[in-house]
Amino acid sequence: MPRLKTRVSNLSHLFLPLSVLVILIIVNLVKGADYFKITVVNGAFYGNIPNMLFGASELVILSIGMTLVTAASRGQDISIGESGAISSAIFVQYVLRAGGDVTLWTILVGFLISCLAGIVIGAFNGTLVSFFNVQPMVATLILFLGGRSIAFIIDGKVSPILANEISNRIGTVIPGIPIQTPIILTAVFIVIVAVVLKTTNLRLYVETVGINPNAARLNGINPKKIIFLTFLIMGVCSAVAGFIAVNKAGRHDSVNLLKFIMMDAILAVALGGNSLGGGKFSITGSIIGAYTIEMLNRTLLRLEVNPEAIKVFKAVFIIVLMIVASPVVREYAKKVLDKVQGLIASGPSHHTSGLSQGERGE
Amino acid sequence: MRPLGTTKTQTRMSNSTLLFIIAGIIFVLMYGFALISYPGSFMQFQTFFDLFNFNAALFIVTLGLCVVMIGGGIDISVGAVCGLVTMACAMLLESGTGGIWSALLLALGIGLAFGLMHGFLIAYLEIQPFIITLAGMFLAQGLLTTLHREPLNVTQPAFVALRNFTIEIPWLGTVNRRGIFIPCEIKPGVLVVVVLVILYAVLMKWSRFGRSVYAVGGDRESARMLGINVKKTIFLSYVICGLTAGISGFVFLMTTGAGNIGNGSLFEMKAIAANVMGGILLNGGVGNLLGAPIGTMTLLTINELIRAAGVQSNLQAIVSGLLLYLFIVLQSIIIALRTSKRFTLALPSWLKFQRTHD
Repeated sequence: MPRLKTRVSNLSHLFLPLSVLVILIIVNLVKGADYFKITVVNGAFYGNIPNMLFGASELVILSIGMTLVTAASRGQDISIGESGAISSAIFVQYVLRAGGDVTLWTILVGFLISCLAGIVIGAFNGTLVSFFNVQPMVATLILFLGGRSIAFIIDGKVSPILANEISNRIGTVIPGIPIQTPIILTAVFIVIVAVVLKTTNLRLYVETVGINPNAARLNGINPKKIIFLTFLIMGVCSAVAGFIAVNKAGRHDSVNLLKFIMMDAILAVALGGNSLGGGKFSITGSIIGAYTIEMLNRTLLRLEVNPEAIKVFKAVFIIVLMIVASPVVREYAKKVLDKVQGLIASGPSHHTSGLSQGERGE
Repeated sequence: MRPLGTTKTQTRMSNSTLLFIIAGIIFVLMYGFALISYPGSFMQFQTFFDLFNFNAALFIVTLGLCVVMIGGGIDISVGAVCGLVTMACAMLLESGTGGIWSALLLALGIGLAFGLMHGFLIAYLEIQPFIITLAGMFLAQGLLTTLHREPLNVTQPAFVALRNFTIEIPWLGTVNRRGIFIPCEIKPGVLVVVVLVILYAVLMKWSRFGRSVYAVGGDRESARMLGINVKKTIFLSYVICGLTAGISGFVFLMTTGAGNIGNGSLFEMKAIAANVMGGILLNGGVGNLLGAPIGTMTLLTINELIRAAGVQSNLQAIVSGLLLYLFIVLQSIIIALRTSKRFTLALPSWLKFQRTHD
């Protein structure tokens, strides 16, 4: 029985993002019953749901990294879009300059190099945050301001085009596999992260550091190392996201690639029931949060909201959601629920006593 | 071992003062460097005043954000609110139904509305400030694009007169090549900046509210135990920030004279950078309000310097990023040295990591 209770409380933070997802699906179904319709084009699935999964792939990957950074460092990395732009610029340059036919090997080496670039960027941010004790948002502000220019300088010109068969397949569909490649890559990434979190002590360490760095230190965990590590992971995440984004687009647009995605990623972390003040975290929540955001964007488009007003709707949605999820409102709702339960439990015959009980509870 | 009572706090500089002094020194060094390397442009007083003339709105935004940052919060909606106000005021003035005063009222109203919303949601419903102000930013941006997409030039005569109005300083100026004396010019927006800086500095230094903001930013729980109304303090700090953003929007319109979608974009990031340069930490509880204008001046001087040096436009962002990096590292090293000095003798080494406020 206590075991069941802990499991329920473990899942309670997923209640919010999941219920929002359900509401969005209902809204979409009201708009048109063909929401779940999947069509097969050239042997691959297309439709509202696959497109949503396809569109959210970078956001999901970035929100995973953001969750770890938030949990350990109690702050957010706002340079993820820029670091994705830089690492993917390096990837594009490697592929373009490799010479000869672009083989799978070229792409793979380019990808690994871009991951390395991501790690270097993560190390830059991580050093500032962990060893110089700078607040994460300020530390990453530096790259946020200068990152796109670095990407542009690496590019050397406006948006180099990535025209080869393999990139195209990574960005869209591999013949013979019915699911779009970015979805598969995202799934693989999620599985890798899940395995790492299951097999290593990363989760424990990150949560310990996030809850109390001094206590973590007394217990033999070096908080600086852990925070540094989360920034390295964030760097890899942004490199992977940049890789997917650039292959999707087919060209490297250093100005608009992954622009302002950090806002969505932070939002995904918060929607997933994670505290932005660090501590315990839930990757699952963030992933669902990321898909929720993508779905919200697509739902607004599907409802034919004026494109100028989309941001207004999004803002209202976020505010309503955060009000519903806020601790004060939750507590109040709990009280009301208790009252109602008290009324039901006491039964109609003891109506007055039930009411007084509820009042006492207040 | 000295008894506790005799350690005088007056002899020790607080972190706020230290960071403020560093910011001041950096600004003086920066400007001195600019004077030496580009005497042609920086030697003129007008260049110095132009920093204020053209960026009055940024100064004001930074002031409002500073109050929130000292209180341990963050408001990233300020830039978008500023942009929204410029467009709304421009539309009001262009529609012919309202004059300057009603536009000013509208600006204050919009700012106040955003401030009240943020303050209520953050202070009383305990929602994370980043997310709420992010939503506020989306809201302001969305409203801005819904109102009007194209740039809107204000042609109302009274407003144009206000826009072109300048105050000349007769005893300060430069003599041009033909030998004609050109007095320095100041825009009315600069006066707003000066008034607000004095007002806010007094508010933060000597008022009960200002001290409460420092206490709340330093440690919320201790502030609560001292009997400070934490929620009210946070609420008021966001209201002030919103109001300031509204004022800055009006001043922005006074400077440029046109409502535009791009108005005030990235102001929030610039304001955060300026505050950090001015020695106001995001953690809260540390910082001198006068650091905000000094940080802004440093930021603007750097930009002017880079422009004067004729650096390629792409390198400009990188160079200013690098300079920001240097400042941040410098600040953190100084703070770390200070903290370690304070604790090495009396306490075991692991306590060095404890962050101290003041």
